[in-house]
Amino acid sequence: MGNMKLTLKVWRQNGPNDKGKIVDYPVNDVSEDMSFLEMLDVLNDELVRKGEEPIAFDHDCREGICGMCSLFINGEAHGPGRGITTCQLHMRKFKDGDTIHVEPWRSAAFPVIKDLATNRGAFDRIQAAGGFVSVNTSGNLVDGNALPIPKPDADKAFDAATCIGCGACVATCPNGSAMLFTAAKVSQLSLLPQGQVERKQRALAMVEQMDKEGFGNCSNTGACEIECPKGISLEHIARLNREYLAATVTKE
Amino acid sequence: MARQGLFGSSLVKKFWMALTGLFLISFLVVHVTLNSFIFFNDGGVTFNTGAEFMAKNPIIRTMEVVLFIGLIAHIVDGLILWSQNRAARPVRYAVEKGGANRTWYSASMGILGTLILFFLIMHLWHFWVKSRITGLHHYGLDAEGQENLYGAMLEVFQNPFVVVLYVLGCFSLFWHLLHGFKSAFQSLGLNHKRYNPIIAFLGTAFSIVVPTLFALMPIAIYLKWIQ
Repeated sequence: MGNMKLTLKVWRQNGPNDKGKIVDYPVNDVSEDMSFLEMLDVLNDELVRKGEEPIAFDHDCREGICGMCSLFINGEAHGPGRGITTCQLHMRKFKDGDTIHVEPWRSAAFPVIKDLATNRGAFDRIQAAGGFVSVNTSGNLVDGNALPIPKPDADKAFDAATCIGCGACVATCPNGSAMLFTAAKVSQLSLLPQGQVERKQRALAMVEQMDKEGFGNCSNTGACEIECPKGISLEHIARLNREYLAATVTKE
Repeated sequence: MARQGLFGSSLVKKFWMALTGLFLISFLVVHVTLNSFIFFNDGGVTFNTGAEFMAKNPIIRTMEVVLFIGLIAHIVDGLILWSQNRAARPVRYAVEKGGANRTWYSASMGILGTLILFFLIMHLWHFWVKSRITGLHHYGLDAEGQENLYGAMLEVFQNPFVVVLYVLGCFSLFWHLLHGFKSAFQSLGLNHKRYNPIIAFLGTAFSIVVPTLFALMPIAIYLKWIQ
């Protein structure tokens, strides 16, 4: 198939309560055209044929839009390269003979389920705490285009909405903070007229849930913005800070 | 864990960190301005006039108490944030390439702050304790007949070891400010495309100018550039 020979150092953990350890796997016949996940598929195929337990890792769409794939590769979320998810990382980024470290997202709020697969339900719970708008769906739905929205606002809201909730921001942050995710989800709605009704409550509730989940506190290192596959900007974090401050001092 | 409300949530702790940080920055402006009077090289007369004003003025003395409260709040808040941030990643990465996405000093604010605290304890012992508690009689009066805090500076900075510690303290302050100044604005939500370059420039300029001026004081006295 290919001509690259690699050594993988993979985190193996047989369940949430297992201590876990790093296991070395040689992988031969790696093509530079493979994605990182396809390379893991090849390794898993070998493991299954040998009667060993395959490595559990998260993946779904494999085209960079679902946010399911994760992996901390050689010390970086989604591996080397910018603006990509792990499924968009190709083996041409590595050289024959390389040793590659593969670890799961490390966060108190993202417990390991097995090997490299983590439970990112904390993001769902933050979203559910306030990441929605109330719209009339009882037969007299308002046409979205009936509301005029300035183009720059629409663009900014869309930039925030490109967040796929993969968790690279948390994985990368030296503090394990989920501010970039939460800020994107708050910004996306607070910039639009449809999001005004719950605006204050949203910022308060989503931050409260974020804190409850055990994420760390943002210290503005900016690492999340650089590792984010969708390039979500730190300006959304500043917006969340403003939204939250305004909501905190004016709530009744 | 109760982490909601005006004093508990992660964001509010960051607001306090930013506000106390900016307050301490405003103190640095006053401190570096007054201390730079020693560069008049007039035997410390101008500096001693300033020092006497700071020691006697009731408003300044009140602000001194507020300053200590602000400093302690900054330290306590920082320690809480630091311990929560450590708890947020109970299992560390075996391999972490932090240099790829952040500056080392932005991720080392806790250790830099601790170094500054050690420096501050030594610094307060050298000057604040003498000027406010034990008295400056030992240094006599200056040419204008004022209390001679400048005399204390001349004595303390004869020790090369102390001079080196002061310069290292200034380095810690430089790195701490280089991230802290900009970071405070971001934590307060003050991020705007038009003003970000100005904040970044001011932050970098402040971080360089203030610690450099402070570091020059012990160096200038030790090398007898000023008498």
